[in-house]
Amino acid sequence: MTNSLNKVIPLKQAIEQYVKNGSHISIGGFTINRNPMAAVYEIIRQKINNLHLYAHSNGTGLDELIGAGCVSKLEIAYGGNGKAAPTCIRFAQAIQNNEILFEDYSNYMMSLRFMAGAMGLPFLPTLSGLGTEILTKWGFSRSMRKSDPKIVDEKLIVIDNPFGNWTGASKVVLVPAINPDITIIHVQKADAMGTCSIQGLSFADIEQVKASKQVIVTCEKLVDKEELRQNPDLNQIPFIHVSAVCHVPLGAYPTAVFGHYDYDSRYLRKFAMAAKNPDEFKKYQDKYIYGVKDHKGFLNVVGQKRIDAIKADPRTGYAVNMKRD
Amino acid sequence: METIQPYTPKEIMTIMAAREIKNGDIVFSGTGISMLAAMAAKNINAPESVIFFETGAIDSLLEELPFAVADPRIMYWAASNSRLTDSFATMQNKITGDKVIAILGAAQIDKYGNLNTTCIGDYFSPEIRFSGSGGGCDVASFVPRCIAFMQHEKRKFVKKLDYLTSPGQLEGKNSRKKAGLRPGGVSVVVTNMGVMRFDKDTGKMYLDKFYPGITPEKILENTEFNMDISTATRADPPTQTELKILREDCDPQRLILG
Repeated sequence: MTNSLNKVIPLKQAIEQYVKNGSHISIGGFTINRNPMAAVYEIIRQKINNLHLYAHSNGTGLDELIGAGCVSKLEIAYGGNGKAAPTCIRFAQAIQNNEILFEDYSNYMMSLRFMAGAMGLPFLPTLSGLGTEILTKWGFSRSMRKSDPKIVDEKLIVIDNPFGNWTGASKVVLVPAINPDITIIHVQKADAMGTCSIQGLSFADIEQVKASKQVIVTCEKLVDKEELRQNPDLNQIPFIHVSAVCHVPLGAYPTAVFGHYDYDSRYLRKFAMAAKNPDEFKKYQDKYIYGVKDHKGFLNVVGQKRIDAIKADPRTGYAVNMKRD
Repeated sequence: METIQPYTPKEIMTIMAAREIKNGDIVFSGTGISMLAAMAAKNINAPESVIFFETGAIDSLLEELPFAVADPRIMYWAASNSRLTDSFATMQNKITGDKVIAILGAAQIDKYGNLNTTCIGDYFSPEIRFSGSGGGCDVASFVPRCIAFMQHEKRKFVKKLDYLTSPGQLEGKNSRKKAGLRPGGVSVVVTNMGVMRFDKDTGKMYLDKFYPGITPEKILENTEFNMDISTATRADPPTQTELKILREDCDPQRLILG
């Protein structure tokens, strides 16, 4: 997080520099959209492990990271990946086989936790979850919480509305802030200083970035500062939050980037099929992740045919009439 | 012997859910059959209803059916593309939230309309792990009306949930209020056999409508808990007009209807 004029570095270097074993991390996007996949695959290639992952509804990136054994602790609202995997397969297996520690929240709770982090607050209140087991079932034990200064002592706290019955609420749930060590997002446009312009839904990317100690931005287009400054209303993230900028075209593939390309439903289904079987999954990882040097190499294995098939139509922002399996 | 109906179970479920949607409603929708119900309502009985996704898109054009709530197809021609903190605030805020009707699915439901979308078996070491709450718990906490879409099976209509993800009437009577929740949660359950609602005083599920060709007894056989069937009547089947609009305008390629 600097005000340097040029933060552009290669992705490999950015991951080496900012993502460490045991880092508390969050990634941008939502299920099959705008996951920072090039960064996820680079983390896997660098065999970074013991990550503590904060997720609302990260789909593809979440399942690849868990499948590769990079994650040991997970705070999550939703682990699904669209039609290809209504429940993320490696995520489900990791929980069923007791391979990771996990704790459940709702999407609003996770988004508010990032927002609290972004606002510098210890917590924010919500009316969500009262009476549910999201409040009562803790994935991290009290003793583990006490022994780890990076994990908050309580999961969620219910208090009486301190303003009496104001607005009709008798109780509120307090959700604790998240301040990740590192957040990685993929955007349509960024400049060398790190100012970002996101097109389409921003999910919780903005809150995640602003809550984070370090931020890596990967971008479809690395543009001149002048281009972004002409329309500041379209820029959601100013450079002051950003540590590194990496120019990675197709950096969210196989997930979608509105206005640029669609999700590759065929690839996502192939990933889901492989994820069900350990031998097949190893072959899949060897071919697409470990067997290539970088994202360019990965896209070469995927082939130009698939890249052409998902190209977005300029009018709608997605691939019109694309065959979706 | 059952007679063959001129519509599929998915078609009658979609139409029954669509009939719950009123003109002017903001419909919180997932994908698949829930979105089809929202589209059917808009085309049949509620032209001024608005489809809304938890990811933040509102009143999207939906020229093509999206396959996920983060599908780029929901971002095209929306009134606005915002973000998660905004979309849930729209539901938590009573001014807009009271106009929202949500359509949810679940792995299990109990007699009070509480939903489990998290796991089968022990939470910490489950036999089957599902996706989790997503926005389900939030919506069921905030808005006055939710439709639950379920397949009617004993293992899904259970005495005790393996995990309570999204609140219905909790333990019935005034327990929702006692917990601090607004009135709301699941208010109607639409299955492949009939339509269930909840008693205003006890909060317990009762059978409201059974579909042509289905008996109340058959519904009880497929429900693990006891349910009042004494006031149940036969549902009016989908009309020709409803079916025509559903088939020709909402899902002409039968991507969801199959």
